[in-house]
Amino acid sequence: MTGNFAAAYGATSAKVNVIAAYPITPQTTIVEILSEIVADGLLEADFIKVESEHSAMAACIGAQAAGVRTFTATSSQGLALMHELLHWAARGRLPIVMANVNRAMGPGWSIWADDTDAVAQRDTGWIQVFCENNQEVYDTILMSYKIGERPDILLPSLVNLDAFFLSHTSQVVDMRDQKKIDTFIGKYKPEYKLDVDDPRSFGALTSPDYYYEFSYKMQMAHNQARTVITEVGREFGKLFGKEYGLTESYRCEDAEFLIISYGTIAGTVKEAVDRLRDMGRAAGALKIRYLRPFPEDEIRKACRHAKKIGVIDRAISYGHEGPFFTEVKASLYDTANTVYGFIAGLGGRDVSIQNIEEIVGFMQNEKPRNIIWIGVKS
Amino acid sequence: MPKKKDDAKIVQISGEADMPPMPASLGSMRVNKTASWRSIRPIIHDDKCRRCMICWKFCPEPAIFPTDPPSIDYDFCKGCGICIEECPFDAITSEKEGK
Repeated sequence: MTGNFAAAYGATSAKVNVIAAYPITPQTTIVEILSEIVADGLLEADFIKVESEHSAMAACIGAQAAGVRTFTATSSQGLALMHELLHWAARGRLPIVMANVNRAMGPGWSIWADDTDAVAQRDTGWIQVFCENNQEVYDTILMSYKIGERPDILLPSLVNLDAFFLSHTSQVVDMRDQKKIDTFIGKYKPEYKLDVDDPRSFGALTSPDYYYEFSYKMQMAHNQARTVITEVGREFGKLFGKEYGLTESYRCEDAEFLIISYGTIAGTVKEAVDRLRDMGRAAGALKIRYLRPFPEDEIRKACRHAKKIGVIDRAISYGHEGPFFTEVKASLYDTANTVYGFIAGLGGRDVSIQNIEEIVGFMQNEKPRNIIWIGVKS
Repeated sequence: MPKKKDDAKIVQISGEADMPPMPASLGSMRVNKTASWRSIRPIIHDDKCRRCMICWKFCPEPAIFPTDPPSIDYDFCKGCGICIEECPFDAITSEKEGK
Protein backbone atom coordinates (compact mmCIF):
# COMPACT_ATOMS: atom_id res chain seq x y z
CA MET A 1 0.00 0.00 0.00
CA THR A 2 1.02 3.61 -0.44
CA GLY A 3 2.25 5.77 2.45
CA ASN A 4 -1.09 7.59 2.43
CA PHE A 5 -2.98 4.32 2.87
CA ALA A 6 -0.55 3.36 5.63
CA ALA A 7 -1.22 6.65 7.41
CA ALA A 8 -4.99 6.25 7.05
CA TYR A 9 -4.89 2.66 8.31
CA GLY A 10 -2.66 3.71 11.18
CA ALA A 11 -5.29 6.19 12.34
CA THR A 12 -8.01 3.59 11.80
CA SER A 13 -6.17 0.91 13.78
CA ALA A 14 -5.59 3.45 16.54
CA LYS A 15 -9.38 3.90 16.68
CA VAL A 16 -9.42 7.67 16.55
CA ASN A 17 -12.76 9.32 17.25
CA VAL A 18 -12.47 12.66 15.49
CA ILE A 19 -10.86 13.39 12.14
CA ALA A 20 -10.80 16.96 10.90
CA ALA A 21 -8.73 17.69 7.84
CA TYR A 22 -8.45 19.82 4.74
CA PRO A 23 -7.14 18.46 1.45
CA ILE A 24 -3.72 19.35 0.01
CA THR A 25 -1.61 17.52 -2.53
CA PRO A 26 -0.09 15.00 -1.78
CA GLN A 27 -1.92 14.34 1.49
CA THR A 28 -5.48 14.37 0.12
CA THR A 29 -5.84 10.61 -0.26
CA ILE A 30 -5.13 10.06 3.47
CA VAL A 31 -8.31 11.90 4.32
CA GLU A 32 -10.29 10.53 1.36
CA ILE A 33 -9.50 6.98 2.46
CA LEU A 34 -10.47 7.81 6.04
CA SER A 35 -13.77 9.34 4.89
CA GLU A 36 -14.56 6.08 3.06
CA ILE A 37 -13.55 4.01 6.09
CA VAL A 38 -15.81 6.09 8.34
CA ALA A 39 -18.67 6.05 5.80
CA ASP A 40 -18.39 2.25 5.53
CA GLY A 41 -18.76 2.01 9.30
CA LEU A 42 -15.30 0.47 9.74
CA LEU A 43 -14.31 3.25 12.12
CA GLU A 44 -16.55 4.95 14.63
CA ALA A 45 -15.45 8.52 14.24
CA ASP A 46 -16.76 12.00 13.56
CA PHE A 47 -15.37 13.17 10.24
CA ILE A 48 -15.45 16.96 10.26
CA LYS A 49 -15.03 18.75 6.93
CA VAL A 50 -13.36 22.08 7.62
CA GLU A 51 -12.61 25.10 5.46
CA SER A 52 -8.85 25.31 6.05
CA GLU A 53 -5.94 23.60 7.77
CA HIS A 54 -6.07 26.20 10.53
CA SER A 55 -9.64 25.10 11.20
CA ALA A 56 -8.62 21.45 11.00
CA MET A 57 -6.14 21.91 13.83
CA ALA A 58 -8.65 24.04 15.76
CA ALA A 59 -11.23 21.26 15.51
CA CYS A 60 -8.69 18.66 16.66
CA ILE A 61 -7.66 20.87 19.58
CA GLY A 62 -11.28 21.31 20.65
CA ALA A 63 -12.06 17.61 20.36
CA GLN A 64 -8.84 16.47 22.03
CA ALA A 65 -9.36 18.94 24.87
CA ALA A 66 -12.80 17.37 25.37
CA GLY A 67 -11.08 14.02 25.92
CA VAL A 68 -11.28 12.42 22.49
CA ARG A 69 -8.52 10.85 20.37
CA THR A 70 -8.03 12.83 17.16
CA PHE A 71 -6.11 12.67 13.88
CA THR A 72 -5.38 15.01 11.04
CA ALA A 73 -3.05 15.21 8.07
CA THR A 74 -1.51 17.96 6.01
CA SER A 75 1.50 19.11 4.05
CA SER A 76 3.78 22.18 3.52
CA GLN A 77 1.51 25.21 3.00
CA GLY A 78 -1.24 23.59 5.06
CA LEU A 79 1.15 22.85 7.92
CA ALA A 80 2.36 26.43 7.73
CA LEU A 81 -1.21 27.73 7.87
CA MET A 82 -1.70 25.81 11.12
CA HIS A 83 1.41 27.32 12.68
CA GLU A 84 -0.09 29.35 15.53
CA LEU A 85 -2.31 26.41 16.47
CA LEU A 86 0.63 24.00 16.45
CA HIS A 87 1.90 26.01 19.42
CA TRP A 88 -1.57 25.74 20.95
CA ALA A 89 -1.75 21.96 20.62
CA ALA A 90 1.70 21.46 22.15
CA ARG A 91 1.50 24.05 24.91
CA GLY A 92 -2.03 22.84 25.63
CA ARG A 93 -0.46 19.37 26.06
CA LEU A 94 -2.91 17.70 23.67
CA PRO A 95 -1.55 14.42 22.19
CA ILE A 96 -2.96 14.90 18.69
CA VAL A 97 -1.24 12.83 16.01
CA MET A 98 -0.80 14.43 12.61
CA ALA A 99 0.60 12.91 9.45
CA ASN A 100 2.60 15.43 7.46
CA VAL A 101 3.48 14.63 3.89
CA ASN A 102 6.74 16.51 3.45
CA ARG A 103 6.33 18.83 0.51
CA ALA A 104 8.33 21.85 -0.58
CA MET A 105 7.21 25.29 0.50
CA GLY A 106 6.38 27.68 -2.36
CA PRO A 107 6.93 29.78 -4.29
CA GLY A 108 8.32 28.17 -6.73
CA TRP A 109 5.09 26.25 -6.48
CA SER A 110 6.06 22.65 -5.83
CA ILE A 111 4.21 19.55 -4.72
CA TRP A 112 7.34 17.44 -4.44
CA ALA A 113 9.38 16.06 -1.55
CA ASP A 114 11.24 18.45 0.74
CA ASP A 115 11.52 18.35 4.55
CA THR A 116 11.78 22.11 5.15
CA ASP A 117 8.04 22.27 5.89
CA ALA A 118 8.38 20.10 8.99
CA VAL A 119 11.66 21.62 10.13
CA ALA A 120 10.09 25.08 9.99
CA GLN A 121 7.76 23.89 12.78
CA ARG A 122 10.60 22.55 14.88
CA ASP A 123 10.17 24.96 17.79
CA THR A 124 6.43 24.53 18.30
CA GLY A 125 6.92 21.83 20.92
CA TRP A 126 5.56 18.91 18.89
CA ILE A 127 7.27 15.54 18.98
CA GLN A 128 8.59 15.18 15.43
CA VAL A 129 9.49 11.91 13.72
CA PHE A 130 10.58 11.16 10.14
CA CYS A 131 9.67 7.87 8.43
CA GLU A 132 11.85 6.02 5.96
CA ASN A 133 9.20 3.70 4.53
CA ASN A 134 5.48 2.96 4.63
CA GLN A 135 5.72 0.25 7.27
CA GLU A 136 7.33 2.84 9.50
CA VAL A 137 4.51 5.32 8.76
CA TYR A 138 1.87 2.81 9.90
CA ASP A 139 3.84 1.63 12.95
CA THR A 140 4.87 5.14 14.00
CA ILE A 141 1.29 6.42 14.05
CA LEU A 142 0.36 3.56 16.39
CA MET A 143 3.35 4.20 18.66
CA SER A 144 2.76 7.99 18.62
CA TYR A 145 -0.66 7.62 20.23
CA LYS A 146 0.77 5.46 22.97
CA ILE A 147 3.75 7.76 23.55
CA GLY A 148 1.83 11.02 23.39
CA GLU A 149 -1.04 9.95 25.60
CA ARG A 150 1.18 8.91 28.52
CA PRO A 151 0.37 11.20 31.45
CA ASP A 152 4.06 12.03 31.83
CA ILE A 153 4.26 13.06 28.15
CA LEU A 154 1.00 14.61 26.84
CA LEU A 155 2.52 15.99 23.65
CA PRO A 156 1.27 16.00 20.05
CA SER A 157 3.25 14.10 17.39
CA LEU A 158 4.08 15.06 13.82
CA VAL A 159 4.64 11.93 11.74
CA ASN A 160 6.51 12.87 8.56
CA LEU A 161 6.53 11.00 5.25
CA ASP A 162 8.17 12.28 2.06
CA ALA A 163 5.84 13.40 -0.73
CA PHE A 164 5.32 10.89 -3.55
CA PHE A 165 8.35 8.79 -2.59
CA LEU A 166 6.23 7.41 0.25
CA SER A 167 2.78 8.98 -0.01
CA HIS A 168 2.13 7.66 -3.52
CA THR A 169 4.49 4.70 -3.77
CA SER A 170 3.30 1.21 -2.90
CA GLN A 171 5.40 -0.84 -0.52
CA VAL A 172 4.70 -3.95 1.51
CA VAL A 173 3.11 -3.05 4.84
CA ASP A 174 2.24 -5.61 7.49
CA MET A 175 -0.96 -4.64 9.25
CA ARG A 176 -0.62 -5.45 12.94
CA ASP A 177 -3.10 -7.54 14.87
CA GLN A 178 -6.00 -5.30 15.94
CA LYS A 179 -6.56 -6.94 19.35
CA LYS A 180 -2.88 -6.48 20.21
CA ILE A 181 -3.03 -2.87 19.01
CA ASP A 182 -6.06 -2.22 21.23
CA THR A 183 -4.16 -3.49 24.27
CA PHE A 184 -0.95 -1.73 23.25
CA ILE A 185 -2.51 1.71 22.80
CA GLY A 186 -5.41 1.42 25.24
CA LYS A 187 -8.02 4.13 25.66
CA TYR A 188 -7.39 7.85 25.90
CA LYS A 189 -8.16 8.87 29.49
CA PRO A 190 -6.85 12.35 30.17
CA GLU A 191 -6.89 13.62 33.73
CA TYR A 192 -7.78 17.14 32.64
CA LYS A 193 -10.41 17.69 29.98
CA LEU A 194 -13.28 19.99 29.02
CA ASP A 195 -16.10 18.61 31.10
CA VAL A 196 -19.20 20.54 32.15
CA ASP A 197 -19.49 18.36 35.26
CA ASP A 198 -15.94 19.22 36.28
CA PRO A 199 -15.37 22.65 34.77
CA ARG A 200 -11.98 24.29 34.50
CA SER A 201 -10.36 26.72 32.09
CA PHE A 202 -7.74 25.77 29.54
CA GLY A 203 -5.03 28.10 28.31
CA ALA A 204 -6.21 31.03 30.43
CA LEU A 205 -4.17 34.19 31.05
CA THR A 206 -0.86 33.09 32.55
CA SER A 207 1.31 35.71 34.22
CA PRO A 208 5.11 35.70 34.32
CA ASP A 209 4.70 34.08 37.73
CA TYR A 210 3.61 30.81 36.12
CA TYR A 211 4.40 30.78 32.39
CA TYR A 212 8.05 29.96 32.95
CA GLU A 213 7.16 26.85 34.98
CA PHE A 214 4.70 25.59 32.34
CA SER A 215 7.49 25.92 29.79
CA TYR A 216 9.83 24.05 32.08
CA LYS A 217 7.31 21.24 32.47
CA MET A 218 6.94 20.99 28.69
CA GLN A 219 10.70 20.65 28.31
CA MET A 220 10.77 17.99 31.03
CA ALA A 221 8.10 16.10 29.10
CA HIS A 222 10.31 16.14 26.00
CA ASN A 223 13.23 14.87 28.08
CA GLN A 224 11.03 12.10 29.44
CA ALA A 225 9.83 11.39 25.89
CA ARG A 226 13.33 10.19 24.99
CA THR A 227 12.97 7.40 27.49
CA VAL A 228 9.35 6.67 26.65
CA ILE A 229 9.98 6.56 22.88
CA THR A 230 12.70 3.97 23.41
CA GLU A 231 10.55 1.98 25.85
CA VAL A 232 7.51 1.99 23.58
CA GLY A 233 9.68 1.13 20.57
CA ARG A 234 11.03 -1.86 22.43
CA GLU A 235 7.56 -2.98 23.51
CA PHE A 236 6.40 -2.63 19.90
CA GLY A 237 9.26 -4.91 18.92
CA LYS A 238 8.21 -7.56 21.41
CA LEU A 239 4.55 -7.43 20.38
CA PHE A 240 4.86 -6.98 16.63
CA GLY A 241 8.36 -8.14 15.74
CA LYS A 242 9.91 -4.81 14.71
CA GLU A 243 11.71 -2.65 17.24
CA TYR A 244 12.10 1.10 16.82
CA GLY A 245 14.20 3.72 18.59
CA LEU A 246 15.04 7.42 18.48
CA THR A 247 17.60 6.58 15.81
CA GLU A 248 18.54 3.53 13.75
CA SER A 249 22.14 2.46 13.27
CA TYR A 250 23.27 0.55 10.21
CA ARG A 251 26.82 -0.83 10.08
CA CYS A 252 28.01 2.00 12.34
CA GLU A 253 30.18 0.06 14.78
CA ASP A 254 33.39 0.14 12.77
CA ALA A 255 32.42 2.90 10.33
CA GLU A 256 35.08 5.39 9.29
CA PHE A 257 32.61 7.44 7.26
CA LEU A 258 29.30 7.87 9.02
CA ILE A 259 26.39 9.29 7.02
CA ILE A 260 23.61 10.80 9.09
CA SER A 261 20.27 11.37 7.36
CA TYR A 262 16.49 11.19 7.79
CA GLY A 263 13.34 10.47 5.82
CA THR A 264 13.53 8.53 2.55
CA ILE A 265 17.14 9.57 1.96
CA ALA A 266 18.03 7.36 4.93
CA GLY A 267 16.87 4.32 2.94
CA THR A 268 19.05 5.27 -0.02
CA VAL A 269 22.00 5.83 2.31
CA LYS A 270 21.73 2.27 3.64
CA GLU A 271 21.87 0.91 0.08
CA ALA A 272 24.88 3.11 -0.64
CA VAL A 273 26.60 1.94 2.55
CA ASP A 274 26.30 -1.69 1.40
CA ARG A 275 27.82 -0.81 -1.98
CA LEU A 276 30.59 1.22 -0.41
CA ARG A 277 31.40 -1.62 1.96
CA ASP A 278 31.59 -3.98 -1.04
CA MET A 279 34.10 -1.54 -2.54
CA GLY A 280 36.18 -1.66 0.63
CA ARG A 281 35.09 1.62 2.23
CA ALA A 282 34.10 1.44 5.89
CA ALA A 283 30.85 3.38 5.62
CA GLY A 284 27.97 3.40 8.06
CA ALA A 285 24.53 4.99 8.26
CA LEU A 286 22.74 6.60 11.17
CA LYS A 287 19.09 7.32 10.53
CA ILE A 288 17.67 9.99 12.81
CA ARG A 289 13.99 9.28 13.38
CA TYR A 290 13.18 11.95 15.95
CA LEU A 291 13.98 15.63 15.39
CA ARG A 292 12.18 16.46 18.64
CA PRO A 293 13.11 15.34 21.21
CA PHE A 294 16.55 15.41 19.63
CA PRO A 295 18.53 12.21 20.37
CA GLU A 296 21.81 13.77 21.41
CA ASP A 297 23.07 10.76 23.35
CA GLU A 298 22.40 8.28 20.54
CA ILE A 299 24.23 10.53 18.09
CA ARG A 300 27.25 10.98 20.33
CA LYS A 301 27.41 7.23 20.85
CA ALA A 302 27.18 6.42 17.14
CA CYS A 303 29.79 9.03 16.22
CA ARG A 304 32.31 8.06 18.86
CA HIS A 305 34.62 6.09 16.59
CA ALA A 306 33.84 7.61 13.20
CA LYS A 307 36.67 9.50 11.54
CA LYS A 308 34.35 11.61 9.43
CA ILE A 309 30.65 12.33 9.68
CA GLY A 310 28.43 13.66 6.92
CA VAL A 311 24.93 15.00 7.54
CA ILE A 312 22.51 15.07 4.61
CA ASP A 313 19.60 17.51 4.93
CA ARG A 314 16.64 17.54 2.57
CA ALA A 315 15.94 20.94 4.12
CA ILE A 316 17.69 24.25 4.67
CA SER A 317 17.54 27.00 7.24
CA TYR A 318 18.27 29.96 5.01
CA GLY A 319 20.97 32.16 6.40
CA HIS A 320 22.73 29.25 8.06
CA GLU A 321 22.81 25.63 7.03
CA GLY A 322 20.97 22.32 7.01
CA PRO A 323 18.98 22.10 10.25
CA PHE A 324 20.01 18.56 11.18
CA PHE A 325 23.63 19.49 10.41
CA THR A 326 23.44 22.27 13.01
CA GLU A 327 21.78 20.02 15.58
CA VAL A 328 24.28 17.18 15.06
CA LYS A 329 27.24 19.54 15.36
CA ALA A 330 25.77 20.96 18.55
CA SER A 331 25.49 17.43 19.95
CA LEU A 332 29.18 16.86 19.21
CA TYR A 333 30.48 20.24 20.32
CA ASP A 334 32.98 18.88 22.84
CA THR A 335 34.22 15.99 20.71
CA ALA A 336 36.95 15.81 18.09
CA ASN A 337 34.60 14.66 15.30
CA THR A 338 34.91 16.16 11.81
CA VAL A 339 31.42 16.91 10.50
CA TYR A 340 30.40 17.78 6.93
CA GLY A 341 27.05 19.29 5.93
CA PHE A 342 25.28 18.47 2.67
CA ILE A 343 22.07 19.83 1.21
CA ALA A 344 20.28 17.52 -1.23
CA GLY A 345 16.92 16.81 -2.80
CA LEU A 346 15.15 20.11 -2.16
CA GLY A 347 11.93 20.47 -4.12
CA GLY A 348 11.71 16.75 -4.84
CA ARG A 349 14.97 16.31 -6.69
CA ASP A 350 16.08 12.71 -6.60
CA VAL A 351 18.93 11.74 -4.28
CA SER A 352 20.63 8.70 -5.76
CA ILE A 353 23.05 6.08 -4.48
CA GLN A 354 25.62 7.71 -6.73
CA ASN A 355 25.07 11.03 -4.92
CA ILE A 356 25.84 9.29 -1.62
CA GLU A 357 28.99 7.75 -3.08
CA GLU A 358 30.03 11.24 -4.25
CA ILE A 359 29.40 12.54 -0.74
CA VAL A 360 31.66 9.91 0.78
CA GLY A 361 34.28 10.62 -1.90
CA PHE A 362 34.15 14.31 -0.97
CA MET A 363 34.52 13.51 2.73
CA GLN A 364 37.51 11.33 1.96
CA ASN A 365 39.36 13.92 -0.11
CA GLU A 366 38.33 17.35 1.15
CA LYS A 367 38.24 19.29 4.37
CA PRO A 368 34.84 20.45 5.58
CA ARG A 369 34.03 23.98 4.54
CA ASN A 370 30.67 25.60 3.94
CA ILE A 371 27.72 23.32 3.28
CA ILE A 372 27.85 21.49 -0.03
CA TRP A 373 24.81 21.64 -2.30
CA ILE A 374 24.67 18.23 -3.99
CA GLY A 375 23.78 18.45 -7.67
CA VAL A 376 23.07 22.17 -7.88
CA LYS A 377 23.18 23.44 -11.44
CA SER A 378 25.41 26.49 -11.42
CA MET B 1 -9.06 26.67 -28.55
CA PRO B 2 -6.91 29.79 -28.00
CA LYS B 3 -3.85 29.98 -30.20
CA LYS B 4 -0.74 28.81 -28.39
CA LYS B 5 2.65 30.47 -28.56
CA ASP B 6 5.49 28.74 -30.34
CA ASP B 7 7.10 26.18 -27.99
CA ALA B 8 10.42 26.38 -29.82
CA LYS B 9 11.08 29.83 -28.38
CA ILE B 10 11.57 28.48 -24.83
CA VAL B 11 14.87 29.70 -23.40
CA GLN B 12 17.15 26.94 -22.17
CA ILE B 13 18.51 27.56 -18.67
CA SER B 14 21.75 25.88 -17.74
CA GLY B 15 21.98 26.85 -14.09
CA GLU B 16 21.13 29.18 -11.27
CA ALA B 17 23.13 32.09 -12.74
CA ASP B 18 20.64 32.23 -15.64
CA MET B 19 17.63 32.38 -13.30
CA PRO B 20 16.00 35.48 -11.77
CA PRO B 21 16.10 35.70 -7.92
CA MET B 22 12.49 34.66 -7.56
CA PRO B 23 10.36 32.33 -9.74
CA ALA B 24 9.27 35.14 -12.09
CA SER B 25 8.77 33.28 -15.34
CA LEU B 26 7.28 34.00 -18.72
CA GLY B 27 5.08 31.15 -19.83
CA SER B 28 6.46 28.49 -17.48
CA MET B 29 3.37 26.41 -18.20
CA ARG B 30 4.62 25.93 -21.76
CA VAL B 31 6.98 23.36 -20.30
CA ASN B 32 4.98 22.23 -17.26
CA LYS B 33 2.37 20.30 -19.22
CA THR B 34 0.41 18.74 -16.39
CA ALA B 35 -1.28 16.39 -18.87
CA SER B 36 1.20 13.77 -17.76
CA TRP B 37 -0.69 13.54 -14.45
CA ARG B 38 -3.84 12.34 -16.19
CA SER B 39 -4.97 8.73 -15.97
CA ILE B 40 -8.51 9.21 -17.31
CA ARG B 41 -9.32 11.31 -20.36
CA PRO B 42 -12.66 13.12 -20.70
CA ILE B 43 -14.24 13.17 -24.19
CA ILE B 44 -16.96 15.67 -25.13
CA HIS B 45 -19.53 14.20 -27.52
CA ASP B 46 -20.74 16.90 -29.91
CA ASP B 47 -24.03 15.14 -30.66
CA LYS B 48 -25.08 15.12 -27.00
CA CYS B 49 -23.62 18.50 -26.02
CA ARG B 50 -26.24 21.26 -25.58
CA ARG B 51 -23.67 24.08 -25.12
CA CYS B 52 -24.83 24.83 -21.56
CA MET B 53 -21.13 25.53 -20.68
CA ILE B 54 -21.44 23.97 -17.23
CA CYS B 55 -18.28 21.92 -17.93
CA TRP B 56 -16.34 25.10 -18.73
CA LYS B 57 -17.60 26.76 -15.54
CA PHE B 58 -16.66 23.81 -13.33
CA CYS B 59 -13.28 22.92 -14.78
CA PRO B 60 -10.74 23.86 -12.07
CA GLU B 61 -7.74 24.27 -14.38
CA PRO B 62 -9.29 25.68 -16.63
CA ALA B 63 -8.69 23.10 -19.33
CA ILE B 64 -12.04 23.48 -21.07
CA PHE B 65 -12.58 26.46 -23.36
CA PRO B 66 -15.90 28.08 -24.30
CA THR B 67 -15.81 27.15 -27.97
CA ASP B 68 -18.68 25.61 -29.95
CA PRO B 69 -18.76 22.83 -28.80
CA PRO B 70 -16.56 23.31 -25.70
CA SER B 71 -13.03 22.03 -26.30
CA ILE B 72 -10.66 20.36 -23.86
CA ASP B 73 -7.01 21.35 -23.74
CA TYR B 74 -5.40 17.94 -23.35
CA ASP B 75 -2.02 19.55 -22.57
CA PHE B 76 -3.35 20.60 -19.18
CA CYS B 77 -6.38 18.47 -18.39
CA LYS B 78 -5.41 16.49 -15.26
CA GLY B 79 -8.33 14.09 -15.57
CA CYS B 80 -10.11 15.13 -12.36
CA GLY B 81 -13.44 14.04 -13.90
CA ILE B 82 -15.47 16.96 -12.58
CA CYS B 83 -16.76 17.81 -16.08
CA ILE B 84 -17.91 14.20 -16.52
CA GLU B 85 -19.68 14.37 -13.17
CA GLU B 86 -21.32 17.74 -13.74
CA CYS B 87 -22.52 17.50 -17.36
CA PRO B 88 -26.34 17.37 -17.09
CA PHE B 89 -26.69 15.65 -20.47
CA ASP B 90 -24.05 12.91 -20.04
CA ALA B 91 -22.29 14.37 -23.05
CA ILE B 92 -18.85 13.79 -21.52
CA THR B 93 -17.51 10.29 -21.07
CA SER B 94 -14.27 8.96 -19.71
CA GLU B 95 -11.63 6.87 -21.38
CA LYS B 96 -8.57 5.30 -19.82
CA GLU B 97 -5.55 7.39 -20.73
CA GLY B 98 -3.00 5.78 -22.98
CA LYS B 99 -5.38 3.33 -24.65
